[in-house]
Amino acid sequence: MSTVMTKAINLKLVRNENERSEPEVQKEVVYDTKGLNLWYGETHALKNINMDIKEKEVTAIIGPSGCGKSTYLKTLNRMVELVPIVKTSGQITYKGKNILDKSFRVEDLRTQVGMVFQKANPFPKSIYENIAYGPKIHGIKNKKILDEIVENSLRGAFIWDELKDRLNDNAYGLSGGQQQRLCIARCLAVEPNVILMDEPTSALDPKSTLRIEELVQELKKDYAIVIVTHNMQQAARISDKTAFFLNGEIIEYDKTDHIFNNPADERTGDYISGRFG
Amino acid sequence: MTTKYMDAELVGKRMSSRVRKNTGWKGLFFASTLFGLVVLAVLLIRIFTQGIEYINIDFLMNHLSTDASRAGIMGAILGTAWLMVVVIPVTMVIGVGTAIYLELYAKKGKLQSFIATNISNLAGVPSIVYGLLGLTLFVRALEFGNVILAGGLTLALLVLPIVIVAAQEALRAVPGNLSEASYGMGATKWQTVRRIILPAALPGILTGAILALSRAIGETAPLTVLGIPALLIPFPEGIFDTFTALPMQIYYWTIDASLVAEYANLAAATIIVLLVLLFLLNSIAILIRNKFQQRY
Repeated sequence: MSTVMTKAINLKLVRNENERSEPEVQKEVVYDTKGLNLWYGETHALKNINMDIKEKEVTAIIGPSGCGKSTYLKTLNRMVELVPIVKTSGQITYKGKNILDKSFRVEDLRTQVGMVFQKANPFPKSIYENIAYGPKIHGIKNKKILDEIVENSLRGAFIWDELKDRLNDNAYGLSGGQQQRLCIARCLAVEPNVILMDEPTSALDPKSTLRIEELVQELKKDYAIVIVTHNMQQAARISDKTAFFLNGEIIEYDKTDHIFNNPADERTGDYISGRFG
Repeated sequence: MTTKYMDAELVGKRMSSRVRKNTGWKGLFFASTLFGLVVLAVLLIRIFTQGIEYINIDFLMNHLSTDASRAGIMGAILGTAWLMVVVIPVTMVIGVGTAIYLELYAKKGKLQSFIATNISNLAGVPSIVYGLLGLTLFVRALEFGNVILAGGLTLALLVLPIVIVAAQEALRAVPGNLSEASYGMGATKWQTVRRIILPAALPGILTGAILALSRAIGETAPLTVLGIPALLIPFPEGIFDTFTALPMQIYYWTIDASLVAEYANLAAATIIVLLVLLFLLNSIAILIRNKFQQRY
């Protein structure tokens, strides 16, 4: 294929990107959200969300409590459907297919899109079994392969050296920070393309938080990462792009340094400087 | 200084009466607890002093006999054991299945809460009513006759609501973030139920089930309605045999004590056997709970 053609295709893929994008590091769009509305019963929780998320980038979502940022994150793997009264309209395309279409199997989606939760939620099983759970439910039974997956996943989350001698210990014996990194490793074991993180460090001490942030920087080499955070400095430190949510709407979505140094909307500036929220 | 509303002298004067009242209430609560304990102790002492000397290998192993000195309760022990063979699988499968459906599959709504409420109500229906149901359905309509299967199914129906409610509570107590983690990796609902939720709920489910069994073992009223005899019948060898059970044995011996005074002692001895059995079952329940209990 000629370079011109490749470029043309790439340009087409990033059509939603504005003129500031650097053409030489064109990245594929993983998620493209168009006109997404979401209701919890009568409550209009997400209003006309338009947002694209790219591979090998960290996208941070900030905003005050109740602004819909976690709801949006959970819509990306349809976890939001665990609440029975949820209704949606609009579309979210993941690799070209609308995931809100009922014909899109959630199990397929969630296999490709991993999630890390606010509170570390390891299973009450051994460290090994926690990691092996994902591959096992997807039908891998070979002990040797499972061993390899466990080691690679723990290495991927930079926790192998700490845990390699206690793989059969119960995961509940780990510290909070270790548990959260174990959960990240567990998520890697399914080999997702995207990792959704819902305030992953809000229950952790500063040192563990730093380790998770470093880990996120490593992971973005291979994964698209979407992270919801209450911590403004965290968003500024680790993300490439930041979306500011307020009352269910996106107020601003741009490159992180733009949002933090030169926000276009007054409300974004007020929130970032701590005047509200 | 602002106005003082607390008059130190008055507060001091009232203090001693408040402390006295406090002690009084504590005494009352303690007395309530003591009452139950004393009554239970009196009952146990009475039963044991009367019955313990009649318990020996012959009494446990012998056939029933009208001659009090030769009577044994092996038939009743076997009957009770066979009843459990029917009750345990039926209650576990249907009870846990119902609880899983109601807690994890059924849409939360009016119908679901209506069913759940009525299951709780069923737990309060007098056991003799279940006896009538068993008589109508199993003994007569299905023509089982008064055999172990009919008795076991009747007792299973009787304790089913207890198992369902206990299992529902155990399932509800499993933290939602565990199933979220499982769904988040692409697990299906059944995989999540089978591998995460059920293992975590198992101790609670088993405890409830064994407590329900303890109830079933001691039930007499439904069996009397079914027409379970305490006669000279052969030892039961399967679920289609006629049988008697420990509580029935106690019941008939107590009634007939007016004819043969010795029977009262035999009844006491049988009660001891039944109590020991119940005690064993409850111990197993506690052991299981402790063994499988997980902290979240």
